[in-house]
Amino acid sequence: MPEQSYEPDRAIAGTGAGGAMDLAASEAETLERTPGGPQGTGPQAKPRSLWSDAWRDLRRNPVFLVSGLVIVFLVVISLWPSLIASGSPLQCDLAKAQEGSQPGAPFGYDGQGCNVYTRTVYGARTSVTVGVCATLGVALLGSALGGLAGFFGGAWDSFLSRITDVFFAIPVVLGGLVLLSVVTSNTVWPVIGFMVLLGWPQISRIARGSVITAKQNDYVQAARALGASHSRILLRHIAPNAVAPVIVVATIALGTYISLEATLSYLGVGLKPPNVSWGIDISAASPYIRNAPHALLWPSGALAVTVLAFIMLGDAVRDALDPKLR
Amino acid sequence: MGRYVVRRLLQMIPVFVGATLLIFLMVNVMGDPIAGLCGERACDPATAAQLKKEFGLDKPLWQQYLTYMGNVFTGDFGTAFNGQPVTELMATAFPVTIRLTIVAILFEIVIGITLGVVTGMRRGRPVDTGVLLATLVVISVPTFVTGLLLQLLLGVQWHWIQPSVSQAATFGELIVPGLVLAAVSLAYVTRLTRTSIAENKRSDYVRTAVAKGLPRHRVITRHLLRNSLIPVVTFIGADIGALMGGAIVTERIFNIHGVGYQLYQGILRQNTQTVVGFVTVLVLVFLVANLLVDLLYAVLDPRIRYA
Amino acid sequence: MRGATHARWAAGAMAVALAATACGGGGGSGEGAGVLSSSWGDPQNPLEPANTNEVQGGKVLDMIFRGLKRYDSKTGQAKNMLAEKIDTPDSQNFTITVKDGSTFSNGEKVTAKSFVDAWNYGASLKNNQKNAYFFGYIEGYDQVHPASGSQTADTLSGLKVVNDRTFTVKLNQKFSSFPDTLGYVAFAPLPQAFFKDHAAWVSKPVGNGPYQIDSYTKGAQMALKKWDGYPGQDKAQNDGVTLKVYTDSDTAYTDLLAGNLDLVDDIPASQLKNVKKDLGDRYINTPAGIIQTLAFPYYDQAWNKSGSEKVRTGLSMAINRKQITETIFQRTRTPATDWTSPVLGPEGGFQDGLCGTACDYNPTEAKRLIQEGGGLPGGQIKITYNADTGSHRMWVDAVCNSINNALGNDKACVGNPVGTFADFRNQISQHKMTGPFRAGWQMDYPLIQNFLQPLYYTNASSNDGKWSNAQFDKLVDQANAESDTAKAVSTFQQAEGVVRDNMAAIPLWYQNGSAGYSQRLSNVALNPFSVPVYNEIKVS
Repeated sequence: MPEQSYEPDRAIAGTGAGGAMDLAASEAETLERTPGGPQGTGPQAKPRSLWSDAWRDLRRNPVFLVSGLVIVFLVVISLWPSLIASGSPLQCDLAKAQEGSQPGAPFGYDGQGCNVYTRTVYGARTSVTVGVCATLGVALLGSALGGLAGFFGGAWDSFLSRITDVFFAIPVVLGGLVLLSVVTSNTVWPVIGFMVLLGWPQISRIARGSVITAKQNDYVQAARALGASHSRILLRHIAPNAVAPVIVVATIALGTYISLEATLSYLGVGLKPPNVSWGIDISAASPYIRNAPHALLWPSGALAVTVLAFIMLGDAVRDALDPKLR
Repeated sequence: MGRYVVRRLLQMIPVFVGATLLIFLMVNVMGDPIAGLCGERACDPATAAQLKKEFGLDKPLWQQYLTYMGNVFTGDFGTAFNGQPVTELMATAFPVTIRLTIVAILFEIVIGITLGVVTGMRRGRPVDTGVLLATLVVISVPTFVTGLLLQLLLGVQWHWIQPSVSQAATFGELIVPGLVLAAVSLAYVTRLTRTSIAENKRSDYVRTAVAKGLPRHRVITRHLLRNSLIPVVTFIGADIGALMGGAIVTERIFNIHGVGYQLYQGILRQNTQTVVGFVTVLVLVFLVANLLVDLLYAVLDPRIRYA
Repeated sequence: MRGATHARWAAGAMAVALAATACGGGGGSGEGAGVLSSSWGDPQNPLEPANTNEVQGGKVLDMIFRGLKRYDSKTGQAKNMLAEKIDTPDSQNFTITVKDGSTFSNGEKVTAKSFVDAWNYGASLKNNQKNAYFFGYIEGYDQVHPASGSQTADTLSGLKVVNDRTFTVKLNQKFSSFPDTLGYVAFAPLPQAFFKDHAAWVSKPVGNGPYQIDSYTKGAQMALKKWDGYPGQDKAQNDGVTLKVYTDSDTAYTDLLAGNLDLVDDIPASQLKNVKKDLGDRYINTPAGIIQTLAFPYYDQAWNKSGSEKVRTGLSMAINRKQITETIFQRTRTPATDWTSPVLGPEGGFQDGLCGTACDYNPTEAKRLIQEGGGLPGGQIKITYNADTGSHRMWVDAVCNSINNALGNDKACVGNPVGTFADFRNQISQHKMTGPFRAGWQMDYPLIQNFLQPLYYTNASSNDGKWSNAQFDKLVDQANAESDTAKAVSTFQQAEGVVRDNMAAIPLWYQNGSAGYSQRLSNVALNPFSVPVYNEIKVS
């Protein structure tokens, strides 16, 4: 996470007023460069940055703690699903098709007679991998390109925005149908690659919009007037302010990517067996909605909890990053 | 302002060319469209060769693209495999999808922004948590499940609506499909508005407005909302194109014969002419919507000036 | 809070609109008192008889055309329709006499020329007719439709008009059951209007059947109305049929439940469990001439070496057909025991149990045979299928699970979905299959020849796996030349035995036609092609 990139700033003595977000902070930074600066001004001048402030806030936020725990749990069962589920998710017996809850199969059996509990547990790995990797890819690529476009404006903006438009103009499901129908590999990477390829413009536009807004702020003008470099203004003054909408959209997007994977399966171009994922199970169970709703309920429920955890996490991080809400 | 618009219109040309080329390449990657035309058997080679020649598929790809674009500029979008001109397909499909998109956008604006404002003003209250959970459910359940479920409940169990949309596809019939189509975007709009509102609620100009005794609704609509709408407008603007092209699943479930249906059929049958033709128009819609969004920025935020 | 007021107003408006749709749309099927609505799929090709090779287009042509022969809607037997008589001295030269008094719905008379012109059009390469190969038995086909290069003749030399009602057909080989193929839609007569203004005809086809097309919106719906002046015996019992295009058979079924549609002739597999409860006795499930098999890529050495027939037989024995047809398909499929279809009847060549133990579920024997045959190529098989239509995914998964359970290996078999049918066909025609793949066969005409020759004869049009066996080819040639029907059938059955001994394709199950209908309808039936017999349906 970006904490590392801000490591040098830990040496900066903040003024305590909301991290590095306003004019005062900019002044503090310039002050810091003068020898014998504010380092010795008092006990409250402990080295702090925006991100360390945020971390301090987060540790005390119950929402963050709960969603964090859920995510840690998901990661653990993604890595070692056999901890809580016995048997193989590929072991199916048609004789048990659509049976309800029973010992050994608390969630019952699906239309193929597979154990829904086992499949839901094992599905976490694929679904979380798809969601997280696609979101990371989209967020990094999208905010980098969108941020640059919004910040530099002019020809850069025009050029990058046009590229964004080209990719944005292709409807996602359509692109998935076309691109993934020719894929023969049965790993998760083509699906993730496709989501990044057609998903980044969404973040890019949001990032560009909020960078344009942030750019107009007085403190940015001030920093510019004080001769701060482009990269400094962008990373230190604009990015923290512009990142909030990106985080919000990205955390929601994470959920939609997991469910997009289900839609792709529904259209027959998603992940292929023997992969086990919530998307595959949701799409396979949806025609049986009238007869065996439990086979649809559990993977959907797992998906919902995962999405909830990531949205809450995103929300908490955003709140912590925003000095105006303190 | 005028110069800005002209410049943007000029910039559309490369995007248009890029996007059409991209989709053209993508559809061609799918391979030989003739193979699917002969049912569960191989086309006899002579007929297949003849068909390829007729549809220009025997030429190199770049030549196919140039010929295609040349024709497009004269208004000829080619012919589908069932012998129907693509323009004719468009004439029947686009009005339906435009109506569907209008319904969906209205849902996003009316419900999404309202919920966003309400939750943004009451952060952390039960109403906020409730809406949060509701948006979550909407996001976490894939569109096809929501669609099938609503169709089953409203259409079959309770008889509130017809489970499918008739050929006329009137606004009334499109309400439920529009809601399904808008669902995920609606959740985005709600959350974006909520975030924006919560952020701006504490800004100086809002405090000033409250302090000078303006009525609450005036503070919200004139000061708070106007400044909070930029990210939301960006999103909705970009969403118009996505909704029109993204209705593949919704149109399939509710049997709507619009753009999504034609695209789906086009892809299933690898009908290059149909797919590229429809996407070309969608690209244009998308570009114009984006331009309008950027112009709206200036309206919403007077600090942004276009020259 | 003005904003909130707006929202309330909008919510109210929505409720009103919802109510309005609920009330306004009530009579979805009430286009006219005696007219019924039926589910349909968008035909892939223009609606020309020799260009329509799928069921959906075929449905329409079956309503607006009548050919020389017609297959009985119950027994499937080919009976004379427009043909007064078809004579042959040698199973190679045929003299066909057309009945008097038949006309097209535009008033034109149906004559010998109507047939000869139509067949010449269908065979000619320049017209791109996808069913052209049906005319391949007629002498002169090589000239009008060469395998490569351009055609040297425009008309088939084997067709001659003798007089207004008589024409002769000369075949390029002996083919005793040729008259029985003439009920296929490609052999329909065409009016002169077809040739004079082709574009107008295609946008609103004119034929000689009991219905005529009232309006046709491509991709959405077609309204057919009863042709009052139809001279034949099989007049329409209703006033018309509106065919509505559905992308998804689930939606069509839902519409039927909601009273928005009268007839659904393809009940999705996922709803089969509910169909009795939903429809009661308004559900029909009758055998149709469709068989599902798994084909193999014989161009791949791994499947074409000695011993691989043991692997194939082992796989066949690892599939629990009974359980799959009962659980997944709710008995709308019957476990296959030969490579034809029960609709042929025992006289027609169907032989129950021809497959023998090779089609019985026997995990131990399956495991042994596969090991003896050298094991699965690569240790795993992938069953390739197209995931865009039908319920293929359900049964492929079930077949794989059955194989996996029999072999005691979770990953012995996996499904390999291909996004689109077009791409699936592409991969097949480019010989890209590496393991078994879905092969479905719907008969063109109810003859055992049609279940064997197109699928297993060397380089035949639907021999997708490129299986080739000299003995099989010889037996088929013999059978075709045989003028005694019973002998021909038994020779075909010998050929089928060759298919069995090599397990050229694994037979899975015979598919039934299934349909559901609304309370307004009665006398609904499906013919052996799983198409509703529209003209006999009564609407109350």
